[in-house]
Amino acid sequence: MSLYYLSKLMFDLNRDEAVKARFAEDASRVVGNYALTEEERGAVLDGDIGLLYVLGVNGQLLMHYAALLGVEWSDYLQRMRDGVKQHGPVRAGIYALTTSPDEKVAG
Amino acid sequence: MSLVFAGVCSHAPGITGREDRAPKELRDGLYAGYERMREDLWATKPDALIVLAAEHFANFFMDNMPPFALGMGDAYDGPIEDVDWLRIPKRTVRGDAALSQKLIKQVLQTVDVAYCEEWKFDHGIMVPLHFLDPDNRLTIIPGNINCQGPPLTPLHRAWALGEALRQAADSVPQRIALVGTGGISHWPATPDSGRIDEAWDRDFLDRWTRNDKAALLSYTDEQTYAEAGQGGFEIRTFIATAAAAGGQGKVGFYAPIPIYAVGCTTATMEIA
Repeated sequence: MSLYYLSKLMFDLNRDEAVKARFAEDASRVVGNYALTEEERGAVLDGDIGLLYVLGVNGQLLMHYAALLGVEWSDYLQRMRDGVKQHGPVRAGIYALTTSPDEKVAG
Repeated sequence: MSLVFAGVCSHAPGITGREDRAPKELRDGLYAGYERMREDLWATKPDALIVLAAEHFANFFMDNMPPFALGMGDAYDGPIEDVDWLRIPKRTVRGDAALSQKLIKQVLQTVDVAYCEEWKFDHGIMVPLHFLDPDNRLTIIPGNINCQGPPLTPLHRAWALGEALRQAADSVPQRIALVGTGGISHWPATPDSGRIDEAWDRDFLDRWTRNDKAALLSYTDEQTYAEAGQGGFEIRTFIATAAAAGGQGKVGFYAPIPIYAVGCTTATMEIA
């Protein structure tokens, strides 16, 4: 159930300017409003795209969270691959990696 | 009056956001495809355009996910994405709440659809509008099919929505156009972004252009996920459009463009 709230946080950040502004001001306070595990909480506060990907955040949410953090497209793709190398396969959801972590498809 | 136009096209954000990173001839071919589709659409003099998309959590989330939704506002804003990332300027799009109400009432006779007086457009609608309505002059009614949060809307229900939209369009005095947006095989927003199965796409487009209902509805989600990625779930918008149009389709442009993350497609279908 925790992944749901982690995803909800990404959803709120992507679409709500007020949440975005509060997050820029005090990220940990915003994150505190969501029932997350320590690992999830840390991944958000560290901007750890690779771990968020492995935790199962839907790519359509993660892509925009990465853009919000100013992560460039090619870097975004690489961070997800690095995340799989470091933390193992994607644990949930429908956005699992289908190629080898060392492969580069495009971008 | 009736449904006067039906078509489908890709909506991948890379098409605008990473425009300059594709080989120029592919980029130009795709952009010309959109331009031809724009001309075909405008030639039918639509009073309103229904953009039937597969959105990506701009409005709908797993707290209350509708299998289908239709907009019922007088105005909509988009894109929700960062303007520099998507490279599409913000705009307020004109809606028509009264027309939406009439259409929704009719659709509800056969298909349970959620209605929305608020709707923020994401790239699923904004990329097509950027090309098909560059000057922001059309009246737009957004539609959505859940292609993102499983359990997904079954394909045969997407077909039913298409038929319901057709009946609704035929029941109002206005001239209604319909554009379904989405990808065929693709693995968007994953590290596999750029993976495209051209043969799978061409087989799907063959079924679509023949408007072969049985063949279009024969995919299972397990098969689509394995062969065409989570992005392949968006075939629902193409299927609904085929059901609404009822005629034969014609592909205007198709080419896999990996940096855009999808087999880029524009196609139209005759109204029968």
